[in-house]
Amino acid sequence: MTAIPLGVPRRLVEFTLDGQEARVPEGSTVLDACRAAGKDVPTLCQGDTLTPKNACRVCVVEVEGSRTLVPACSRRAEPGMEVRTDTERARHSRKVVLELLASSVDLSTTPGAAEWIRDYGAEPDRFGPGAARLDEVPRVDNDLYVRDYDKCILCYKCVDACGEQWQNSFAISVVGRGFDARIAVERDAPLTDSACVYCGNCVEVCPTGALSFKSEFDMRAAGTWDESAQTETTTVCAYCGVGCNLTLHVQDNEIVKVTSPHDNPVTHGNLCIKGRFGYQHVQNRG
Amino acid sequence: MDLRFGDSKPTDEERAAVDALLGPPESSWEGADRSDADLRWARGGRAARDRRDLLLPGLHAINDRIGWISEGALDHLCRRLTVPPAEAYGVATFYAMFSVRPRPATVLHVCTDLACTAAGAQRLCEGVEARLGPGSGVSVERAPCLGLCERAPAALAVRAGDPVRTAVSAPATVEAAVLAASAPDSAPEEPPAVLAVPQAGDPSLSLLRRVGVVDPASLDDYRAHGGYAALRRAFELGPAGVIREVTDSGLLGRGGAAFPTGRKWQATASQPDRPHFLVCNADESEPGTFKDRVIMEGDPYALVEAMTIAGYATGAHRGYLYLRGEYPRAVHRMQCAVDRARTRGLLGDDVLGQGYAFDIEIRRGAGAYICGEETALFNSIEGYRGEPRSKPPFPVEKGLFGKPTAENNVETLVNVLPILTAGAPAYAAVGTARSTGPKLFCVSGSVERPGVYELPFGATLGELLTLAGVRRGLRAVLLGGAAGGFVRPDELDIPLTFEGTREAGTTLGSGVVMAFDDTVPLPRLLLRIAEFFRDESCGQCVPCRVGTVRQEEALRRIAERTGAAAADDIALLREVGRAMRDASICGLGQTAWNAVESAVDRLGAYE
Ligand code: SF4
Ligand code: SF4
Ligand code: SF4
Ligand code: FES
Ligand code: FES
Repeated sequence: MTAIPLGVPRRLVEFTLDGQEARVPEGSTVLDACRAAGKDVPTLCQGDTLTPKNACRVCVVEVEGSRTLVPACSRRAEPGMEVRTDTERARHSRKVVLELLASSVDLSTTPGAAEWIRDYGAEPDRFGPGAARLDEVPRVDNDLYVRDYDKCILCYKCVDACGEQWQNSFAISVVGRGFDARIAVERDAPLTDSACVYCGNCVEVCPTGALSFKSEFDMRAAGTWDESAQTETTTVCAYCGVGCNLTLHVQDNEIVKVTSPHDNPVTHGNLCIKGRFGYQHVQNRG
Repeated sequence: MDLRFGDSKPTDEERAAVDALLGPPESSWEGADRSDADLRWARGGRAARDRRDLLLPGLHAINDRIGWISEGALDHLCRRLTVPPAEAYGVATFYAMFSVRPRPATVLHVCTDLACTAAGAQRLCEGVEARLGPGSGVSVERAPCLGLCERAPAALAVRAGDPVRTAVSAPATVEAAVLAASAPDSAPEEPPAVLAVPQAGDPSLSLLRRVGVVDPASLDDYRAHGGYAALRRAFELGPAGVIREVTDSGLLGRGGAAFPTGRKWQATASQPDRPHFLVCNADESEPGTFKDRVIMEGDPYALVEAMTIAGYATGAHRGYLYLRGEYPRAVHRMQCAVDRARTRGLLGDDVLGQGYAFDIEIRRGAGAYICGEETALFNSIEGYRGEPRSKPPFPVEKGLFGKPTAENNVETLVNVLPILTAGAPAYAAVGTARSTGPKLFCVSGSVERPGVYELPFGATLGELLTLAGVRRGLRAVLLGGAAGGFVRPDELDIPLTFEGTREAGTTLGSGVVMAFDDTVPLPRLLLRIAEFFRDESCGQCVPCRVGTVRQEEALRRIAERTGAAAADDIALLREVGRAMRDASICGLGQTAWNAVESAVDRLGAYE
């Protein structure tokens, strides 16, 4: 989880990756090995700061001797393993999973999705116009961030970030089951009636834009959101002495959102409400 | 962890239901009135958090007493156990038997699954709904298989209160089901378990021999019929000896995966990490299965004894019996058996005076097929959503509460009794070389004598169906339940062994055999199977969560079509099915397409 490796050097595990010898430090995942070897394996629910839940299944690969495909993001490399990442079988599953996802939710703000859909030849429309979709309206119930579950792929990242892996607020959870499963607070109430402390760490990890800053949501609605015109500046938060790093995303001389570098050993990308949302005073030019 | 609770208060009744389970709260930190002492110190916290596993029993307590779980009640329970309300809400909404919305105190679950559909569940539902409309004080819910398939169609009434009352009506008529719902106390007794055993009295029976012979309430009667001889033998052999005996017997797990039991026990026993746990999976929810229920209702001490032996062999001092929530009579009989065994020193600190401590705790499921998956079952016991965990690590290493755990289903465990009393060689002589011992089959559908049958492995499907009195016009047989596959009437010579069914390209699964004659519309049946998986998917992984929905949609589209008109959708189903089988996390998603595929390929459905 730590981006900067700490501790004693680890032993190397040797295995075969697409017929080539591969060596990774003990404890690495197959995905780590793929990335080190420059192989492109799509991932959605995997997050660099979280223990993977392996729920999305777009990263599946073939492992010799395994009855089913194996999620690269969470299977640890073992000595002697034979892994194949680009077989027809693995590609087929990834394609179908992308089709299933794209036919049920809105992936328009998911980085990578459009390219993968093209690369894998996925045709989400083939389930027909009657295919069930989430069809939810965005929930705008506070001034800081918006929950648009029509874009949610149920990757569990926000739940893990809010709960035991980072924030310890446990404000949100998966409720219901099957296709009806959703992310929600207790009683599915507005966020303002929940345990949420508005740290925005869930927004930080959301891979689809289902959770987004209100500023971004409003600008997208107005058609003024333009990532290519934004600059990013990383600085230190001035509120307290912890020294969290903030990355200010600025468009037209206005801060439009604040993120935090995931490889920062202090924050791992997490912030509190002040660092994440308390930037209005900077641009208060009145 | 910082918990925030809402302002909603429980009613006195709700508070009483929770406190009856957990005892009165000790301080205002866990929901009592505030005292001066409470202002000076905080209690609860860590100590209470260790009781997270009481969340499911707590939800049951509220749901049993009130009929649904209100915000105030849930908050109170969360405060008592230090569980975040959002998580508890996620757990409560996971289970079909709980409601987080107000509903009438009485719920009538009417089974609409395979055997019941074949026996006219549709008409039953409509009739019941017509009689018990809004304002009747009864909520009628269409249910997946209730495990009463030998008496299809079936209905189960649950009336909330203190105590909760239940009544089963099977085979149900509209009148009987309505009576069960409106007056559960005066509804007629269920027939004894032995009526589900058409072979009763046959001296060749081993696993079922005591059903109908012993009084399920009497420990003495159980002992008079050979009970506790196996446990005595186990103590003579010692744990390693028991494992050797079970390994030599060749016993394979009967839950569907057919894993060697001896190996599982050995792997658990040898883990250095402590404590070890034993879990008995009595959550049989595979449509068409009811054998575990019949054993638990008819011979409950056999399971208590078998669990004790398994615990002893694997080094566990605590066994959890995770029992299907829809089996009120089995819960009751098992609870009696466990309590009496404890009073008589057959459970507790010093079992049979041998210095071995073992106790059994019964946990009720709450309506989720997926909780039959072993790791989902652990999550459920621990008070989390019943979602399967990804493996590795395997349960023998990290199972219940993260500790080494041996998990077996009821049928597997009761096989240990004849293994120990007759010895491994005698046991292994029954059946075939690779599938040893006796096997239980749940036969239902178009047969004269539906019920649980016990045959040595190796009997053919045809022999079993002849025993059960198959009716004329047999169209198809579903082997292994919804996760299994269909076979044709000209394939009845398939030997009922793990290897024989595998060679025939099908599966024995959990031992379900459902016969359908030509009056049963096949497309309707396939659609029901698809609906079942869509309803029961936990929703964790994409291939299964969305795939089961797309599968159902395609089957709905082609319900009335055949040939070229269906070909597109069949091709689509194949592609989605293949990805579900390959990429789903657990067995549910991996097998959800099996039955439909077999119907297309073997039965020529839609041709
Ligand atoms: S903003 Fe923070 S506290 Fe609120 S839901 Fe997201 S992670 Fe949880
Ligand atoms: S809201 Fe975002 S982070 Fe949360 S589950 Fe959905 S997609 Fe994942
Ligand atoms: S396969 Fe289905 S039931 Fe199993 S984990 Fe995935 S969604 Fe849940
Ligand atoms: S990225 Fe591996 S399963 Fe989602
Ligand atoms: S009880 Fe209805 S199908 Fe099993």
